[in-house]
Amino acid sequence: MKIIACIKQVPDSEAKVKAEGGQVSWGESPLVINPFDEYAVEGALQLKEANSGTVTALCIGPESAKEALKHALAVGADEAVLVSDAALNALDTQGAARVLAAAINKIGSADIVTFGRQTLDDGSGLTAAQTARVLGWPMLGLVGHMQVEDGGASSPKGIKVHRVIEEGRQIVSAKLPAVLSIVQSIGEPRYPSFMGIRKASKANIPIWSLSDLGIPAPTAFVTRTELITPPSREIVCEIIQGDSPERIAETLADKILAEKVL
Amino acid sequence: MKTFVYIDHFKGEVQLASWEALGVAKSFGSASAVIFGSGLDALVKTAFEFGADEVLVADDPSLVDYRVEAFASTISALASSRTPDLILFPTTARTRELAAMSAMDLNTGVLVDLTDLLLNGDKLVATRPIYEGKLNETVVCSGKPVIATLRARAFPRPAQDKSKSGTATKVEAKTDSPATVEGYEVAEAAVSVADAGIIVSGGRGMSNNPSLTPPASMDEKQAEAWRAQQGFKLIDELATVLGGAVGASRAAVDGGYIPYAHQVGQTGKVVAPDLYIACGISGAIQHIVGIRSAKLVIAINKDAEAPIFKVARYGVVGDLFQIVPALTAAFKKKLGK
Ligand SMILES: Cc1cc2nc3c(=O)[nH]c(=O)nc-3n(C[C@H](O)[C@H](O)[C@H](O)COP(=O)(O)OP(=O)(O)OC[C@H]3O[C@@H](n4cnc5c(N)ncnc54)[C@H](O)[C@@H]3O)c2cc1C
Repeated sequence: MKIIACIKQVPDSEAKVKAEGGQVSWGESPLVINPFDEYAVEGALQLKEANSGTVTALCIGPESAKEALKHALAVGADEAVLVSDAALNALDTQGAARVLAAAINKIGSADIVTFGRQTLDDGSGLTAAQTARVLGWPMLGLVGHMQVEDGGASSPKGIKVHRVIEEGRQIVSAKLPAVLSIVQSIGEPRYPSFMGIRKASKANIPIWSLSDLGIPAPTAFVTRTELITPPSREIVCEIIQGDSPERIAETLADKILAEKVL
Repeated sequence: MKTFVYIDHFKGEVQLASWEALGVAKSFGSASAVIFGSGLDALVKTAFEFGADEVLVADDPSLVDYRVEAFASTISALASSRTPDLILFPTTARTRELAAMSAMDLNTGVLVDLTDLLLNGDKLVATRPIYEGKLNETVVCSGKPVIATLRARAFPRPAQDKSKSGTATKVEAKTDSPATVEGYEVAEAAVSVADAGIIVSGGRGMSNNPSLTPPASMDEKQAEAWRAQQGFKLIDELATVLGGAVGASRAAVDGGYIPYAHQVGQTGKVVAPDLYIACGISGAIQHIVGIRSAKLVIAINKDAEAPIFKVARYGVVGDLFQIVPALTAAFKKKLGK
């Protein structure tokens, strides 16, 4: 079974992100694998372990995004591919989906492609479904549990998943190949092992350009016109005191009522 | 401007932000509510009550269960034949997928999870938080129709006029789907913390009540979850008195205290209530990014150094198992319940 995990590199959650000259700046903060995509990798590794096969990590980004791919290799992915091209600087999700679909086709014979739910930077949460639409494969979103099912001798394999939705869990099955977005319920992403880190540091990660993929640079439909730093809210916390829980609760309830939020 | 508004619902239970989207559509011109499912009369009436000029309904038994491909194709076909200028969705997990796929079909872009949307002449200019709310960006879409999803509670909800009604316009359902819905698990009430005006949340502190004795048969982890589930009853009581929803930290979800749908934060829901009461939650950055838009934050924590106090307007340093029930009692009295 061939599994491709799509990942992105983003500034760490702790980063102090600012608008500087119309660009996003995160100073010296480290870039990490998008935390949501750790579940995409974890899910891919679980699928590999349960069904035997290989995991290829796939990323679009600048050359420095190789570090995110190395994280995937260090936790157990077998191969990694970076798509990098100067023409991809102003990519929207629809363009990213076209590029990823082309790369998935070039890698070839994938059974399952995994994504995280969304990215920490742009936060759109569109790319998985758009990639599925380009490929024409079923989209199984927000997967918290999954099992590959044998389709019998003649028919292709299938997959049954639990989709973690607001209302509970929706159980859905589809034939492979399919695109999955994977969420936290799948389990904690594993940490890189010492051996894994050594392996990853030596790995040869190919870089594919748009001409390698044989596609033109996608035009972006969505463009940013302005970047704004929201005004920071200075909040001073007033600690409510009193000589009993009842007195404290009484005062707190009055304060909340005075704020007129109820 | 002619706008479609997708009304997101699960078996008739509407995501309330759908009505907020309808209000935005009305302010731009004509608003057509778009509803999929079967046996939708009550929902159609509500859409008229919230101001829809027309209600387009794809009524088909196969649309009772959400399946993204069939739903997206139905939207795309409808938009191709009726050419709206704008398609609005409330931002939910379902609509991100639907908007995403329809945009591919219609060859246009999606402006996602907006907190503001303005019509300047005939140009739509949108504002959305990025980098977990650390920055805002304004964005425009060059494709047509413009597709946009609106963050819950970022736009006013229009008044509901119960005297209104109308007749739905039937539209064609596309029913092809490569996936089969086998069923549902956890048939509990829908939790929609994203829509809630008041949220009372519990964290790992919910299990820290040594006075409870769990059944002897339980191992340590089960006993912890059991203790916390007793604790969450207190949270639930406070939420009920206030007419709010129950939220949770990831530690509470990972500990098996409460289902994932309640989780607030980076890998859970981003919420925007008027009142957020955090009980036994330390205030890790990944939790805080989920409550940035909350108007009033209250923290109840026994550790005076907990970072949650840095984002709270009022705080109580104390044992939540004493404070929360006392607060419930105080509100019961003051609100006359
Ligand atoms: C990639 C990633 C994504 C994440 N996403 C999320 C997310 O979406 N949401 C989220 O919440 N977290 C998320 N986290 C986890 C986050 O970092 C914290 O671990 C988590 O929020 C801690 O939950 P907590 O505050 O309930 O637990 P703790 O940090 O353990 O805090 C428990 C608090 O309860 C207090 N307490 C204990 N007993 C009592 C008592 N009797 N009375 C009063 N107070 C008491 C303690 O003083 C303490 O402050 C994420 C982490 C990572 C790495």
